[in-house]
Amino acid sequence: MKTNRANPLRPLIEFKQVTRVYGSKQAAVWALAGIDLQIYRGDFVAIMGPSGSGKSTCMNILGCLDRPTTGSYLFHGLEVGALSRDQQALLRRHYLGFVFQGFNLLNRTSALENVELPLIYRRISAKERRRRSQWALELVGLRGWERHTPSELSGGQQQRVAIARAMVTNPLVLLADEPTGNLDTARSQQIMELLCTLNRERGLTIVMVTHEPDIAAYAQRIIRFRDGLIEADGH
Amino acid sequence: MIWEAILLALREIRRNVLRSSLTILGIVIGVAAVITMVTLGKGATLQVTSDIAKLGSNMLQVRPGQGFRGPGGTRSTSPPLDPKDAEAIANEISGVVAVAPTASQNLQAIFGNENWSTTVTGTNNAYFQVRNWPLKAGRKFTDAELSAGASVCILGSTVCQELFGGQDPLGALIRLRKLSCKVIGVLESKGQSSFGMDQDDVVLVPLRTFQRRIAGCQDISAIFLSVKEGFSTEKVRLEIERLMRERRRIQPGSEDDFHVRDMQELVSTLTGTTRLLTALLAAVAAVSLLVGGVGIMNIMLVSATERTREIGIRLAIGAREREVLIQFLVEAVVLSLLGGLAGIAFGLGTAAFGSRLLHVPFVFDPAITLIAFLFSGAVGILFGFFPARRAASLNPIDALRHE
Repeated sequence: MKTNRANPLRPLIEFKQVTRVYGSKQAAVWALAGIDLQIYRGDFVAIMGPSGSGKSTCMNILGCLDRPTTGSYLFHGLEVGALSRDQQALLRRHYLGFVFQGFNLLNRTSALENVELPLIYRRISAKERRRRSQWALELVGLRGWERHTPSELSGGQQQRVAIARAMVTNPLVLLADEPTGNLDTARSQQIMELLCTLNRERGLTIVMVTHEPDIAAYAQRIIRFRDGLIEADGH
Repeated sequence: MIWEAILLALREIRRNVLRSSLTILGIVIGVAAVITMVTLGKGATLQVTSDIAKLGSNMLQVRPGQGFRGPGGTRSTSPPLDPKDAEAIANEISGVVAVAPTASQNLQAIFGNENWSTTVTGTNNAYFQVRNWPLKAGRKFTDAELSAGASVCILGSTVCQELFGGQDPLGALIRLRKLSCKVIGVLESKGQSSFGMDQDDVVLVPLRTFQRRIAGCQDISAIFLSVKEGFSTEKVRLEIERLMRERRRIQPGSEDDFHVRDMQELVSTLTGTTRLLTALLAAVAAVSLLVGGVGIMNIMLVSATERTREIGIRLAIGAREREVLIQFLVEAVVLSLLGGLAGIAFGLGTAAFGSRLLHVPFVFDPAITLIAFLFSGAVGILFGFFPARRAASLNPIDALRHE
């Protein structure tokens, strides 16, 4: 693997003419119609746009959960499309943290165990897993809720468990799809302030999808999608 | 590392109590059914074999008629046996230890106010040896009693109980039709035969006494004999058949009008029958194993949707396909092991209980236990593993969206 960590001018994430097409020839849907994009370390990026504009597809490709149909995705100078499934999994394991739109927590599994999950695959001892997970839950203000299962938690609490799970591995990039989608204003503000703190103090790179302008306002940079293309990109 | 995986699997099993217990239930039912059925079947086979051994396993019986062929056979038209046949067998055939000619009739035995319908058999002292039947009290016939046809008798334990209750029968006089005879001994109890007949319902008298005072003729109904240790029962049987054909002047080519019954043959016939029954039971049990397997399969497939999403989550946070599969495999193995062990315990318990209930010995069969265990284990693993493999090969995003 060839990486280029030393060069600060090199983007952490780079899309070159990325397309993603669903379906076959006649019924083809161009979710992404050729996108160029650079994201640098420490960026806090909000992606906006109407539904069906390609935001989530873009996030899935960013998170190595999906592959571009054509074009190239460089992560740290590394061609992601050329990686095997297992290599992509390792990339997700070590560098990426996810907050999904639907939380995607394991049912009947306590908050603590949900947060521990990524650490299991990092071969971290049970004791250390527990310590780190407790730290992450504290970070999102869920101390005392460790033993509760998702069905016993409110939507906002589930969202925060999902953030804790994404943060527990101390990733390079946090990818969040509508992290405040199900929350009231006060909770949304709390979460956004948390993300800002993480961005500011830990240099965490954040890419976040949202359709609320006041949430997007927390980011330093806003990218607007329309019909699978970038409509605007600015600060 | 593997310990860690097992701990995680146990956690996962505990977390999904309903699904886990349904899966385990399928395995338990399958394994327990097979073990119960086969163990009971084996016990019954052993029981039958040992019952027959009690009859005297190296015993041969010579009877007039054609034996087991057809209902009633041709017995009525066959001439009866002669006491000289018994002498001839004793003298001319090597490998014969004891020869007991017998003649029997059903009649009333009367003592005081008690009377009891029983079988009176005339024979000699060789009978005790051939039938492997010792005396509980008293003595056998003396030579003088045998040759003179004295009025003495030996009681089977059922007759003794019916006529005398708890009293001492020795020296008492009982009446057999017009004959009044002295009780000189009591036989040990032999219990029921495999055919359900009470073998102890018998009164033995000297053969001559029977011929003269009860039957009024010389005919004998069967010759019992035992084959010397080390001689082939089959060979002795063939020799007796040859001798009897000669004595009864049967033309070459025509059929025997007597038969020699070999107990060994009976043993193999009966054990063959019980083996067949055991096989039938095992087949029934195999069906329940299969039903259990289908149950496991259903649970596993039904939970595939939920598990697909779970696999999607695991893949998305950085699990490799292989790691997910190992986890699911370990989980399935642990589950199957738990179910299998519970099934073995449950099956052996039921079999132990059943064998007490049916009065058959408890025979543990490790091979069947292992087969049942491996089969349901394999089903559990197969259907825990294959849906997981399909899910793990999906794109993480497709697995996450799976409904």
